[in-house]
Amino acid sequence: MAFYVVQFLTGLASAASLFLVASGLSIIFGVTRIVNFAHGAFYMIGAYIAFTLTERLSGAFGFWGSIVLAALAVALIGVIVEMVLLRRIYHAPELFQLLATFGLTLMVEDLVVLIWGPDDLVGRRAPGFKGAIDFFGQNIPSYDLFLIVLGPVVLGILWLLFQRTRWGVLVRAATQDRDMVAALGVNQKWLFTSVFAVGVFLAALGGALQIPRDAVHHAMDLRIIVEVFVVVVIGGLGSIVGAFVAAVLVSELNAFGILIFPKISIILVFLVMAVVLIVRPWGLFGKPEAAARKTPGLTVNPWRPLTSNERLAALAALVVAATLPLFAGNYALTVGSEIAVFVIFAVSLHFLMSVGGLASFGHAAYFGLGAYGIAFLAKMAGLPMIVCLLLGPLLGCMGAAVFGFFAVQLSGVYFAMLTLAFAQIVWSIAFQWVSVTGGDNGILGLWPSSWAASPSHFYWLALGVAALVTIALRAMVFSPFGYALRATRDSLLRSEAIGIDAKRIQWTAFVIAGTTAGIGGALFAYLKGSVFPDNLGISLSVDALVMVLLGGVETVSGAVIGAIVYKALNIWLVSQTDLSKLVLGGFIVLIVVVFPKGIVGMLEMLVQRRRKSSPPGSPLLAKPIESAE
Amino acid sequence: MSVAPPLLAVEGLTKSYGGIHAVRGVSFSLRAGEILALIGPNGAGKSTCFDMLNGQNKPDTGHVRLLGEEITGRKPREVWRLGVGRTFQITATFATMTVRENVQVALISHARQLYNLWGSAPKFDRGEAGRLLELVGMGGYADRPCGELAYGDLKRLELAVALANQPKLLLMDEPTAGMAPRERVDLMRLTAGIAREKSIGVLFTEHDMDVVFEHADRIIVLNRGALIAEGSPAEVRGNPQVQAVYLGEGLVYDARHREGTSA
Repeated sequence: MAFYVVQFLTGLASAASLFLVASGLSIIFGVTRIVNFAHGAFYMIGAYIAFTLTERLSGAFGFWGSIVLAALAVALIGVIVEMVLLRRIYHAPELFQLLATFGLTLMVEDLVVLIWGPDDLVGRRAPGFKGAIDFFGQNIPSYDLFLIVLGPVVLGILWLLFQRTRWGVLVRAATQDRDMVAALGVNQKWLFTSVFAVGVFLAALGGALQIPRDAVHHAMDLRIIVEVFVVVVIGGLGSIVGAFVAAVLVSELNAFGILIFPKISIILVFLVMAVVLIVRPWGLFGKPEAAARKTPGLTVNPWRPLTSNERLAALAALVVAATLPLFAGNYALTVGSEIAVFVIFAVSLHFLMSVGGLASFGHAAYFGLGAYGIAFLAKMAGLPMIVCLLLGPLLGCMGAAVFGFFAVQLSGVYFAMLTLAFAQIVWSIAFQWVSVTGGDNGILGLWPSSWAASPSHFYWLALGVAALVTIALRAMVFSPFGYALRATRDSLLRSEAIGIDAKRIQWTAFVIAGTTAGIGGALFAYLKGSVFPDNLGISLSVDALVMVLLGGVETVSGAVIGAIVYKALNIWLVSQTDLSKLVLGGFIVLIVVVFPKGIVGMLEMLVQRRRKSSPPGSPLLAKPIESAE
Repeated sequence: MSVAPPLLAVEGLTKSYGGIHAVRGVSFSLRAGEILALIGPNGAGKSTCFDMLNGQNKPDTGHVRLLGEEITGRKPREVWRLGVGRTFQITATFATMTVRENVQVALISHARQLYNLWGSAPKFDRGEAGRLLELVGMGGYADRPCGELAYGDLKRLELAVALANQPKLLLMDEPTAGMAPRERVDLMRLTAGIAREKSIGVLFTEHDMDVVFEHADRIIVLNRGALIAEGSPAEVRGNPQVQAVYLGEGLVYDARHREGTSA
């Protein structure tokens, strides 16, 4: 019994940091409507800076001073980020903001290694809380007890801040209706900046307070951000009480999940989140999301099928690509195959995201399922390659059918988070179910049959499949189904009023996109000769998002160009520099801020400008994204 | 003697939000080809009433029947399939699609081709789409992106979309709200013409009394959730109760409201 009490208390102690970070994210979202992916990065920097300071400053005062100082320093960094970057993208679609802050996260991961090195750093114990307290024969670290008290204290302070200060009233008002607050003459710029600073301060404080409990390392950002997403989604975005309750819930689920289901401890939390989202899509303490803001660039160039000249040009490009084996070496062909695979992956996400308006943050799940499908069929059933290629993607299809059914019940940020959570569930299974998936070691030795074994043959296969998939999805955009899907994206209300079952249409699109991604994953498994849990990880999902965005989210075929440019750049960068994340992150931020329309979107704009010197009534196209008023 | 059921029959419709009775026992009917106006001051329950007719909102009690068939509580898309078109107070259109594509989506849905993955949507029933756009005077705008249209044109586009499934009944919630006076008259004249020609029943809510009295065959008046008058424009205009609640809107309503809350 005592053991369970101690386990419970450990859970409560973990909840403290989680609550601090989650409340910060929630406050920032409430006012600025930005889901700050970089929140985990701020948490990590807080821990690193606190580590350095506590090593330099001695004594109890030095330790606690360092913790606070570290949080303040990171808050200052947050202010700079807000003023330089976020102010430019407040009016951009949610997706762009998530991506920009993800780009920041990538940069921070490399910077942290550059400054503090790649090794885990073990920090000092907290003065005054070094020992443990005996509880019926079980030890409870006294620092844990301190954290257990700290959580509710911070909650109380935040409550006072929001209820009793003028600033708090403004923040609450802006959470309800920021346009109204601006109309009442409040300087929104500084309100946003201060809110962001407070949110980042809380994140960094959460990180700094972890030093006595945990080693500081350069992957702690992704781990916490996924947990924090879960917490705010369960608690309700924008609700601090919700963040507290959900942080406790998630921490206790983790603490007891390990005891009860050691194999699926990670899954447990995500299952709870999925259930909450389906029953109460806006979280336990949240409010239903207001209708999405109208985003600039909504009046896009009308989509049209390719003219016969353009078709010829595309065919010519394909023929040129097919001649690559005549002059290129094996390495170039392998790179070419990989690019073709990622074209498939990118166009599948594009179909869901641009045509259906459903930005999935976990699309790699279906790519990876396709890859694992191949691994199971080839290694366990011993089927020949051609059969595997046809059946393997079905695993992606089934995954998409199950998860998609739940995901399409939601929209916007919540859709993004739920797809992310589902992808994490699949990843956890691949990672933890070692007996079937090989866990972290993956499944090795998947080699193509002899007819596709040579690099040139495999390249032709990948290129051919990529071309077919692209053509098929493009045809679907201009099919009656494609129109119906675009209709559900533009107006749910109107769609339902003209007999369209929007959820079913979106579900169908989700399954199509998932199956297509599975085809990409299947080829990828043969290309690499192996599958790993990384094949369905977050970073792969984000790769896909960046490819679509880079090509142009509002175009029909941008994803193809985006995939080629991004993947080529990525492969080249990794071969050139150890700081590929830093460069890539900077690149993502740059796209979002400078080229929100992507490569193909930019080209279309230039063509249109040349065609008619003054486009009538389309000022939105030429208008850059405005900063916050 | 059996009488053919009316196009739309509404019986004892009731809806409460918490303690507030938004709609209380409203009953009325509508014949094919008839233009019926639903009027009443702000907060009278017009929109609530309206939303319950095509399934946007579910009534607590009461029945809605279309040609004798019960449609109460059906989903909007099912009601549409039975031949009820709808336009919204704040227009709802597909902003990134062209004007023609907006109509084509409705035609695709009507033809039950929504899950056709391989056909050509740009070529889908262009003729009918063109005719519908001509009908509402939008023929020249077919290739314009819908997001560029002026508000009055959006309202006309909504009408074309609502006509795509050859409806028996049109529900128009404040069809002329936010339009210039000239546009209002034009739109209602157009609607009335189409309705009479194709024998479509039209139910609309409206604040502009000129529009109401000029085009409605019959008017029903709602006040604080209950039907207080029904009749021809002349009858309703002369009804002292309507004059009291409607023409003297602000003061009278305010006084009654206070009375109601203290009771």
